[in-house]
Amino acid sequence: MREALFLGLALALSGVGQAHAQTRAEAIGDAERGAEIWVFCSGCHQIGPGAEIGIGPPLNGIFGRRAGAISDFPYSRSMTRMGRDGLTWTLETLDAYIENPRVLVSGTRMSFDGLEDPGERADLLAFLRDFSDRPSNIPEAAPTARADLPMLSEETLAIVGDTAYGEYLSSECTTCHQRDGSDQGIPSIVLWPQRDFVLAMHAYKQKLRPHPVMQMMAGRLSDEEIAALAAYFGSLTP
Amino acid sequence: MTLNRRSFLGTSFALGAALSATPLIGQARPRVVIVGGGAGGATAARYIAKDSQGAIDVTLIEPTRTYYTCFFSNLYIGGFRDFASIGHSYGKLASDYGINVVHDWAVGVDRDTKTVTTAGGHAFAYDKLIVAPGIDFVEGSVPGWDISAQNRMPHSWKAGSQTQLLKAQVEAMREGGVFCMIAPPDPFRCPPGPYERISMVAHVLRERNPTAKILIVDPKASFSKQALFEEGWQKHYPGMIQRIGPDFGGTNFSVNPETMEVDIDGQVETVDVCNVIPAQKAGRIAELAGLTGDNGYCPIVPATMQSRMDEDIHVLGDATIAGDMPKSGFSANSHAKVAAMQVRAALTGSTAFPAKYSNTCWSLIDTDDGVKVGASYAPTDEMIAKVDGFVSQTGEDADLRKLTYEESLGWYAGITADMFG
Repeated sequence: MREALFLGLALALSGVGQAHAQTRAEAIGDAERGAEIWVFCSGCHQIGPGAEIGIGPPLNGIFGRRAGAISDFPYSRSMTRMGRDGLTWTLETLDAYIENPRVLVSGTRMSFDGLEDPGERADLLAFLRDFSDRPSNIPEAAPTARADLPMLSEETLAIVGDTAYGEYLSSECTTCHQRDGSDQGIPSIVLWPQRDFVLAMHAYKQKLRPHPVMQMMAGRLSDEEIAALAAYFGSLTP
Repeated sequence: MTLNRRSFLGTSFALGAALSATPLIGQARPRVVIVGGGAGGATAARYIAKDSQGAIDVTLIEPTRTYYTCFFSNLYIGGFRDFASIGHSYGKLASDYGINVVHDWAVGVDRDTKTVTTAGGHAFAYDKLIVAPGIDFVEGSVPGWDISAQNRMPHSWKAGSQTQLLKAQVEAMREGGVFCMIAPPDPFRCPPGPYERISMVAHVLRERNPTAKILIVDPKASFSKQALFEEGWQKHYPGMIQRIGPDFGGTNFSVNPETMEVDIDGQVETVDVCNVIPAQKAGRIAELAGLTGDNGYCPIVPATMQSRMDEDIHVLGDATIAGDMPKSGFSANSHAKVAAMQVRAALTGSTAFPAKYSNTCWSLIDTDDGVKVGASYAPTDEMIAKVDGFVSQTGEDADLRKLTYEESLGWYAGITADMFG
C-alpha cells in the first residue's frame, strides 16, 4: 500500500519534470546565433549530412548519445571512461562540458577553453539540437572551410611521413604538449587525421595561424618533417 | 709522477679492456651514467631508456628523492602554486623505464677508467657519461656572503627548502619593511627569474604589507624581458620597486648577514629580507671532472652536446656554454633530447638525426598577467646559434596575457611529464 502510493507520487513528479524539459527544449536558445558560435567548433567537428570524423567526432545526434560512443574515433582515456561510467550527453551535461571541458572530463583531448556566457552556450546548444532526432528538419551543414587554411600543393599533401623521424622530431613538441593527448592548458596534438595536422602546421608556417611559439616551431620544419610529425602523432594509441 | 701514473693507467686500461672483451661481445649492455636528475638529466635518462627499449643500461645519480623544479618555484613564493605541486619523485623513471636511480652525490669522475664515484662510496662504470649538475655559486662574488649565510640571506636559486625559507621570510616581514635582492651578473640560471621573483614578492607584499618596499641591486645594465617587467611593475605595483643598476653603484656592493645591512656604493641600508643570488658557474662535479673552461662553464660541441674536453661525455643544461641559448629548464630538456639521440646512436647504432634546439620562458608578473620569450636554435661549427624568436609585447590586452599564463600551466604539465614520465 505504502509502495504503491510512493510509486504514484514518483510518476506524477517525473511527469512534471518531462513537461518542464519539453518547454525548455523548445526555447533552448537562438539556433541562428548558435550557428555563428559554431565556427569555434567547426575547425574540429563536422555536423549535418555527410558529417565524418575529423579532429573531433561528428556531432549529429549528440543529444542522448553516450560519451565516447563513436566507434572509430580515438577518444581520450578520460572520455572513454566517462562514457563507460554512464555520462550521456543531455542539455545539462553538454552545457557543463561546453562551459569548461576539462572540469567535466579532466583529460579530454578537446582543445577548447569553454564558453563562459550562458546565453552563448544556450544558443550553441539550440544549434546542435537541430541535428539531433529531428531528421526532417536538418539544415545544410555550415561551411567548414576556414580562412586560415594554407595553400598547399597536392604533392605536399601526398608526402608520406616517416614515423621514426617523426618520433624524434616529436620530442620537441612534447616539452609542452602531452603525449597522452590530454589538454592541460596546451592543446592536444595526438591522433589528428594526418591531413588536418599537415594543414594546421603549414598554416602556422605561413603565419596564417597566429600563435608565436607555433609559428616559430613550424617555421623551420620542412614539408617532409611536418608529414613525419603528422604520421607519428597520428599513430599513437590513446 | 705524471708519467708513472699515465703508464700505470695505460696498463690497467689495457688489462681491463682485455678482461671485458668477452662480455662486451656477448650480452653485456652498454652503460650510460647520468649525473644530475633535473630538466637535463631526467629527460636524458628517460629518453635513452624509453627509446633504446632496454638495450642500454641507464643509471641516474641524483642526491634528492623529491626534485623541486626551479621553474614555477617563484609562483610558489607568490602563492600561485603549493609546494607539493612543484615536487616530483623518480618513481616512474625506476618502475616504468627500468632506470637505476641512485640517490647519492657524485663526487668524482675518472675519465681514464670511465668511472663515477659517489659520496656513498660506490663506483659506476660508464661507456657514455652525461653530466647535468646545474649550477654552483662563485665564491666571493657577493662580498660578505658565503654559503654559511644562506639561512640569514637565502639564495633560493636551487629550489627546495631555500624557496620555503624565502617565502616565509617575505610573509613575516615587518610592516613597511624592505625586501632586497642582490641580482646576479650574466650568465646565470633563468635570465628572467630574478625579475619574476620580484614580481611575485611584490604580489605578496601588495596583499599583506602594502607599505613595504623592494630594492634590487643589479650589476647588469639590462635584463631579460625588461620592458615587459617594468611596464608590469608600474601597472601593478606602482612606487614599490626600486632597481639600482650599474650606473648608480649596482656593481659596488657588500652585505652583512649578521646586521642585515647592505652597502651599495658606500651607502648602507638596513633591510628586512635579503635574497642574495650570487654569480654562478657549472655544478662542482663538472669542474672536478675537468670539463669546465675559463669562465667556469662547460664548452660543448654544438651538434651533439658532447664535452669539448671528452667525446665520451655529454654536458647538458645550465652547466654548459650553449651559445645563444639561455640557461633554462626548457633549454636543458632540449639539450637532453639531442644528447640522448647521440648516445643511443653511438652505443646501439640507431639513427642520429640533425640537432634542433628550442627554448621558451614564461614569466608571471601578477595574477593572469603572463609573458613569454622564446627562440629556436641550430648548431653551427662554433656555437648553438639563434634561428628565430619572439617575445611578448608591451601593451598586450588582458585576455592574451591570461592565455599566456594558462599556456605556461600547460607547459609545466608537459615538461614535467617529459622529464619524469
